[in-house]
Amino acid sequence: MLAYIGRRALLAVFTVWAISVLSFAIIQLPPGDYVTSYIAQMASMGSVVTDEEAQNLRIQYGLGQPIYVQYFKWMRLVVQGNFGMSMEWRRPVTEVIGERLWLTVVVSVAALLLTWVLALPIGIYSAVRQYSVGDYLATFVGFIGLAVPNFLLALVLLYLGFVFFNAHIGGLFSPEFQDAPWSGARAWDLIKHLPIPAVILGLAGTAQQIRIMRANLLDELRKPYVVTARSKGLPEARVILRYPVRVALNPFASTIGYTLPYIVSGSIIVSLVLGLPTVGPLLLKALIAQDMFLAGTIVLLLGVMTVIGTLVSDILLVWVDPRIRLEET
Amino acid sequence: MADPGVALDPTSAPLPGPSAVVDPREPRIFVASQWQLMWWRFRRHKVAVASALVVIGFYLVVLGADFLAYADPNASEAQRSLMPPQRVYWFDEGRFSPHVYGVKGARDPQSFKRVYVADPERKISLRFFAEGFEYRLFGLIPTTRHLIGAEGGPGSAPAVFLLGTDVQGRDLWSRLMYGTRISLTIGLFGVTVSLVLGVVLGGLSGFYGGVADTIIQRIIEILRSIPTIPLWMGLAAALPRDWSVLQVYFAITIIISLLGWTELARVVRGRFLAMREEDFVVSARLVGCSQMRTIFVHMVPSFMSHIIAATTLALPAMIISETALSFLGLGLRPPAISWGVLLQQAQNVQTVAISPWLMLPAVPVIVAVMAFNFLGDGLRDAADPYGR
Repeated sequence: MLAYIGRRALLAVFTVWAISVLSFAIIQLPPGDYVTSYIAQMASMGSVVTDEEAQNLRIQYGLGQPIYVQYFKWMRLVVQGNFGMSMEWRRPVTEVIGERLWLTVVVSVAALLLTWVLALPIGIYSAVRQYSVGDYLATFVGFIGLAVPNFLLALVLLYLGFVFFNAHIGGLFSPEFQDAPWSGARAWDLIKHLPIPAVILGLAGTAQQIRIMRANLLDELRKPYVVTARSKGLPEARVILRYPVRVALNPFASTIGYTLPYIVSGSIIVSLVLGLPTVGPLLLKALIAQDMFLAGTIVLLLGVMTVIGTLVSDILLVWVDPRIRLEET
Repeated sequence: MADPGVALDPTSAPLPGPSAVVDPREPRIFVASQWQLMWWRFRRHKVAVASALVVIGFYLVVLGADFLAYADPNASEAQRSLMPPQRVYWFDEGRFSPHVYGVKGARDPQSFKRVYVADPERKISLRFFAEGFEYRLFGLIPTTRHLIGAEGGPGSAPAVFLLGTDVQGRDLWSRLMYGTRISLTIGLFGVTVSLVLGVVLGGLSGFYGGVADTIIQRIIEILRSIPTIPLWMGLAAALPRDWSVLQVYFAITIIISLLGWTELARVVRGRFLAMREEDFVVSARLVGCSQMRTIFVHMVPSFMSHIIAATTLALPAMIISETALSFLGLGLRPPAISWGVLLQQAQNVQTVAISPWLMLPAVPVIVAVMAFNFLGDGLRDAADPYGR
């Protein structure tokens, strides 16, 4: 078990490293370096950057030195929690991102939980009552969920909400809580706003998981041990839940790790449509304004968060399923 | 995933042709080639067959976009901004004579919005194979004929807007036709690049195994655990602003396919692993075939069908990625037209609430994605006609 977790952790470290290189590439790609754009930005605001200041910045970021040196300098600053300055906002990147990162996490985790909570019972139902109306309905909704890109789904729901209920269904907070400090009331307001983004983000994943669960369980239900259990006179619910479902859970659970990156990805673009105060809209704005430290930091943090989330779900999986523990060592 | 409800036993393949002897099925099954078996299997998947027709239809639109469009997709006119779709009347006093009503635009004195009123007095008849703007059919034959057009010829002001107009007064139907061309070809090119990457890397991984396999598998795992959209956005935003439409088109294709090859590589690797120890591969090797020959003459043909199925299943993701990037304004940029570029106008819910037809480009996206998914499912089932 330890060896397995160690292997996953090592892979996670490599993934984080790959993400950091890619984020650094995103920061480096636009022409000109940080200091020249900083000076230009300051000049347009009417303030002047002294040569000494510029020189200090150049040394801090190692500009002019080989690219890998710049990368290491940047990494060193990042590890200390210094992500640089956002040019557009003229504030440290961490301040600009603020609670948006946590709200992204909240929305993603809500979507992930919803995926599990919906996919498990519906998948079981679809398999046990194969070809029933409910099964067809689940299959149909599932296909819609897979075929409709989530941002289009968001757009359509937003439109329907606007036309039929004359309500704006987007956002994560009511206006009075928008900038309020955290309190119980604000948290409750957040929870009330969560279902719609969670459903939109989770639908595609849910559809996929339902299909996986249904197929796995159908395979299990045909096996002789189920017939044996039934012929021994066990109640039907026990026959199904006690054995085949537990076996069918394994392949189901092992795909969960891939759901999280997908949801986080989707949250970016869905947030833009629904106007959620996550990092999504901020990232788009930063990219359009070429505010590269902000953009690179968001990509980096999102990636790291996802990797941590996946690692946690992997570890939970080992803990739940003894077969992985034995298989992988 | 084979649907267990459908009988998949190849001996029960429905049999066309009147020359039925006693039981012609078995001999036919035994002499049928592999592709023949696949075709029989595929034909039984009705939804997949219907999807195949839809996909063919889409690619016909790609080929004949200029013929199907009746207006220059970039001709804008403020006077026709946000005109709603016109209703087509097929009969005029009992006779078949498709026409639309002329439209009068006016400004609402209170809200200052443009409102359009249909004018039943002014009938504009539609003609098939009418004259319109000049273009080259299939890029070769210069012509001015279009599928439909308004009476009056190319000189007069355009008066037909089957799907309405956008903010700049450009005809949505015509733009949709051109958008289909770009969105579907970008998917096709993207999937081709992915396929090459997937086959080469997946092949290396599956055929040689060992260190190469480990490294490539870890790379795939890493790529799959990174959220892709922020990464695409970052890379796409870094494309120089002064690049031409064509350059951006290829750059976007490459960005999308760089992260899309992992699933294809996984399929190819799985096939290689399964086949490496098969008798015919071992004998090919023992007989002294070179490695290249073993791979390309003996192994690749036997999993070609799987690759085709996996490729079809990879296409929808490509289409969605392009649409998403362009929708955000980071993908293709105007004057290029794609489904995503068209949907950009539908970003604002207030605009959409007033002009819901701006959401219409979502329809081909959804239909295409569904059709490719069903087609891919059918192909995947058919790819292995000997199973179940």
